[in-house]
Amino acid sequence: MQLVLEKRAERSNTIALISPLIAIGLTIVTMVILFAILGKNPLLALHAYFIAPLTDSYSLEEIAVKATPLVMIAIGLSLCYLANAWNIGAEGQFLIGAVAGSWIAVKTQGTDAGVWVLPVMLVLAAAAGALYALIPAICKVKFGASEILTSLMLVYVADLVLDYLVRGPWRDPHGFNFPTTAEFDPVATVPLLIEGGRLHLGSIVALLVVAAAAILLGRTIKGFEIRVVGAAPRAARFGGFNSNQSVILTFAVSGALAGLAGIIEVAGPVGHLQPGISPGYGFTAIIVAFLGRLNPLGILIAGLFLALTFIGGEQAQITMKIPLDVTKVFQGILLFYVLACDSLILYRFKLVFPNRQVARGTG
Amino acid sequence: MRKSLLALAAGLLLAGSVSAASAADKLKVGFIYLGPIGDLGWTYQHELARQALVKELGDKIETTFLENVPEGPDAERAIEQLVRAGNKLIFTTSFGYMDPTLKVAKKYPNVHFEHSTGYKRNPNMSTYSAKWYQGRYIQGLIAAKMSKSGVLGYIGSFPIPEVVSGINATILAAQTINSNIKVKIIWANTWFDPGKEADAAKALIDQGADVIMQHTDSPAAMQIASERGKLAFGQDSEMIKFGPKTQLTSILDTWGPYYIARVKAELDGTWKSEDTWGGLDSHMFAMAPYTNMPDDVKKIAEDAQAAITAGKLHPFKCPVVGQDGKPVECKGGANLDDGQILGMNFYVKGIDDKLPGR
Repeated sequence: MQLVLEKRAERSNTIALISPLIAIGLTIVTMVILFAILGKNPLLALHAYFIAPLTDSYSLEEIAVKATPLVMIAIGLSLCYLANAWNIGAEGQFLIGAVAGSWIAVKTQGTDAGVWVLPVMLVLAAAAGALYALIPAICKVKFGASEILTSLMLVYVADLVLDYLVRGPWRDPHGFNFPTTAEFDPVATVPLLIEGGRLHLGSIVALLVVAAAAILLGRTIKGFEIRVVGAAPRAARFGGFNSNQSVILTFAVSGALAGLAGIIEVAGPVGHLQPGISPGYGFTAIIVAFLGRLNPLGILIAGLFLALTFIGGEQAQITMKIPLDVTKVFQGILLFYVLACDSLILYRFKLVFPNRQVARGTG
Repeated sequence: MRKSLLALAAGLLLAGSVSAASAADKLKVGFIYLGPIGDLGWTYQHELARQALVKELGDKIETTFLENVPEGPDAERAIEQLVRAGNKLIFTTSFGYMDPTLKVAKKYPNVHFEHSTGYKRNPNMSTYSAKWYQGRYIQGLIAAKMSKSGVLGYIGSFPIPEVVSGINATILAAQTINSNIKVKIIWANTWFDPGKEADAAKALIDQGADVIMQHTDSPAAMQIASERGKLAFGQDSEMIKFGPKTQLTSILDTWGPYYIARVKAELDGTWKSEDTWGGLDSHMFAMAPYTNMPDDVKKIAEDAQAAITAGKLHPFKCPVVGQDGKPVECKGGANLDDGQILGMNFYVKGIDDKLPGR
């Protein structure tokens, strides 16, 4: 007797709906066992992870702040992935956007520049992110270079450009040589939504981006084109859709969104340009995009959920003294189960009873 | 039993703060760590100090730490999380937490903060650091004595004053032994990256260096020097187990006494914002045993250590000559003053290199 995975005749929509729930259920069961082994009360631990952060306005705010860049980047990436264009370099586009926007902030520092500063920073950041993303896109279209490799390698270039600038020309003259620019002026800072909190205008921008993507994909021909080019390139050609154009477009949009997320992070929660502005947002956003099934609303939920695990992980460290590594294990287990359960959409388990001869033959 | 069940239920309801009831009367002290507590360097030393603190005052305090907190947008949240969990004294143990600590400090004037190695303060935010350049001076003496090639290899982290003053102190000391001593410097641009640190050590040895010094936190360079049969100095912590025949000494960060003193002040209600920059005399750091060297070199090191501790020897004794051959203005009378050392942004004569960003 054997348990095998068998391809379903067609994808199961029921499983598609409930598979994330199965994944979360399995994760919780696994974590309960893990917490019990660690000698922690599993109920309290799960409470610290999932419930406590949702019970006070401060943590909710922090979840929104953490999710903002993830959601913005992931929306852009989902467009790329739907069009079968593999942008892995959102981290680099994020950094270049942050650098380009900061340029205005640094150059106008201490002058009485008006309220135009922030809007120009945002536009410039988006443009820079888009241009930076166009490098791998054009290399793919013109020369057939693998966009996975080129976009990934450009991350390191962006990282070093930022590094050079904050250690050299843009360094805070009163900062004792430490690698950071001076704090941005108020006109170059993203406004807060609640006085004294950390929630900023960027979260609203992220919601608008989600809405725009939902409309683009659901209600426009362009959105349809992106999906057809990705899902059925041959059919797309017959339909007169140009796949190269889709690659260029989706890369540019996703670069622009990553760049925008970059400057919003720098001019918002950070307040100045420094190395390490991104704890890997561009890469975590890839997970968010797939966790959200490349669907705008799904991405919003996935982004918030991942942010919840970060905040909850910190609270578990504080209240339960659960080590950070357990949080990482927890995130890993969750992703593993999500992917594993997703395979049940296209496959199903089947018990097979091989006859004796075959069994002897393989034995 | 019923009481504990009630407590459990209350804990579940009240945002998971189940430990709050039992520890309500204890002072809560929080720590933010840059690396994992097992980095065997910078963070590990802070963790050892926290453990010493618990051992000393464990019945009066409750400590919490958050490890691996990046110096970016997440730091402010991590610090505020500690505040909201009821911590009244919070140590943020890396330079990059300076602005986030200040932001949170301004928001919570009744909570006290201690920031390590920074320069921004507030009525409720102190800074503390150590005069490691004193230890570097001793290492410079040893290095010049022990080097056969006359070339020292120096792995820098970032060209910030703390690191630059360490390089200068090393060379000024080495020049008193060998006036032609050379130093090769590689900037790793990281505090902790064993791979990069190992590469830097290999490159330095290939360029003729036979004594490796580092201002980065992992024992990787020590291991490379050990493999290649060269000598090296540890950093932050005792690294002799990575190079039993290699380590000459190591600058050990010993934060324990400071942490204990500050927490006692908090308990007594006498805590106030201060700028602490302690040296060998105040035990902010210590030198690991002098090993793998002949007795005469050991004696030189011990004598220098005693003289510095007693205040008789200052590594930046005037005149300090810059790379341009001109003596640096001497603001401290017989030696450079603290401000000049804390903001040190030049190389002394004899360093055949250019300070990045200058």
